[in-house]
Amino acid sequence: MTIGIEHYLTVAASLFTLGMLGIFLNRKNVIIILMSIELMLLAVNINLVAFSHFLGDLVGQVFALLVLTVAAAEAAIGLAIVVVYYRNRGSIAVDDVNMMKG
Amino acid sequence: MALTAGFFYLFAVFSVIAGVMVIVAKNPVHAVLFLVLAFFNAAGLFILLGAEFLAMILIIVYVGAVAVLFLFVVMMLDVDFAELKAGFIKNAPVGLLVGGIVLVELILLFVARGFDLGVAHKLAAAMPAADSGVSNTEALGHILYTKYIYFFEVAGLILLVAMIGAIVLTLQHKIGVRRQSIAAQVARSPKDGVEVVKVPSGGSIIPAPDGQS
Repeated sequence: MTIGIEHYLTVAASLFTLGMLGIFLNRKNVIIILMSIELMLLAVNINLVAFSHFLGDLVGQVFALLVLTVAAAEAAIGLAIVVVYYRNRGSIAVDDVNMMKG
Repeated sequence: MALTAGFFYLFAVFSVIAGVMVIVAKNPVHAVLFLVLAFFNAAGLFILLGAEFLAMILIIVYVGAVAVLFLFVVMMLDVDFAELKAGFIKNAPVGLLVGGIVLVELILLFVARGFDLGVAHKLAAAMPAADSGVSNTEALGHILYTKYIYFFEVAGLILLVAMIGAIVLTLQHKIGVRRQSIAAQVARSPKDGVEVVKVPSGGSIIPAPDGQS
């Protein structure tokens, strides 16, 4: 059987849903939340590359490259914030973040 | 063709299993390692799709940098992760319901409706033909450094801002540490450094101890 674009989109949809579910389930652990966001961005990248392949258009891969860059930057900043927060509070529970009253 | 299908199912099943393990793993170190597995399998999918450059970038950037960064932070912070797992069972029904609905809707959209890929006549940058001898990396470089050069530079700027931001956030100045002050050293001139004192004969420039004069 041939593997069409639907197969790739299904995998990406599953990964995206898993990322969303991870945010739902681990609402307290900010590190797992960041990992779930990475999973969702990975699913988006799979979608972009799949469309790029099946349309024969290279721009999808360029866009996936930019998404990858933004995801790396986001991970770095997010983890830096986690480290600073841990230094101040001694915990990384998300429930306590409302101390900022923002 | 059967080989491609087999590899597709291998990578797809493993990436989804790894994704499940990322969110249910008790130990966050295991979660990071499953994230690495998911990235590796996604890289395999990218290779099946003919995007070799992105696959290698995925491994280098994600596995080599981002996942290691996660590992560092998980191991550096001494957090009681069992306590953070507390709301897991309580949130599970709602999460599974919402996740299931989203997944079913997405898959119905893709599989039942399908895509008419024939309508895309206007391609922004057509892929090189398989027999043209131009590799994926080369073709990507050709359009990334010409047509999309501004996007490329903005990506570099984003990385620069992220780097500066991460350093500014985590840099801490310890109080009570005596550091070398280079500016003060450079600004020092002979005028401040040397003092000519006229010493009276029989006198002293050392202040006399208390009670003597």
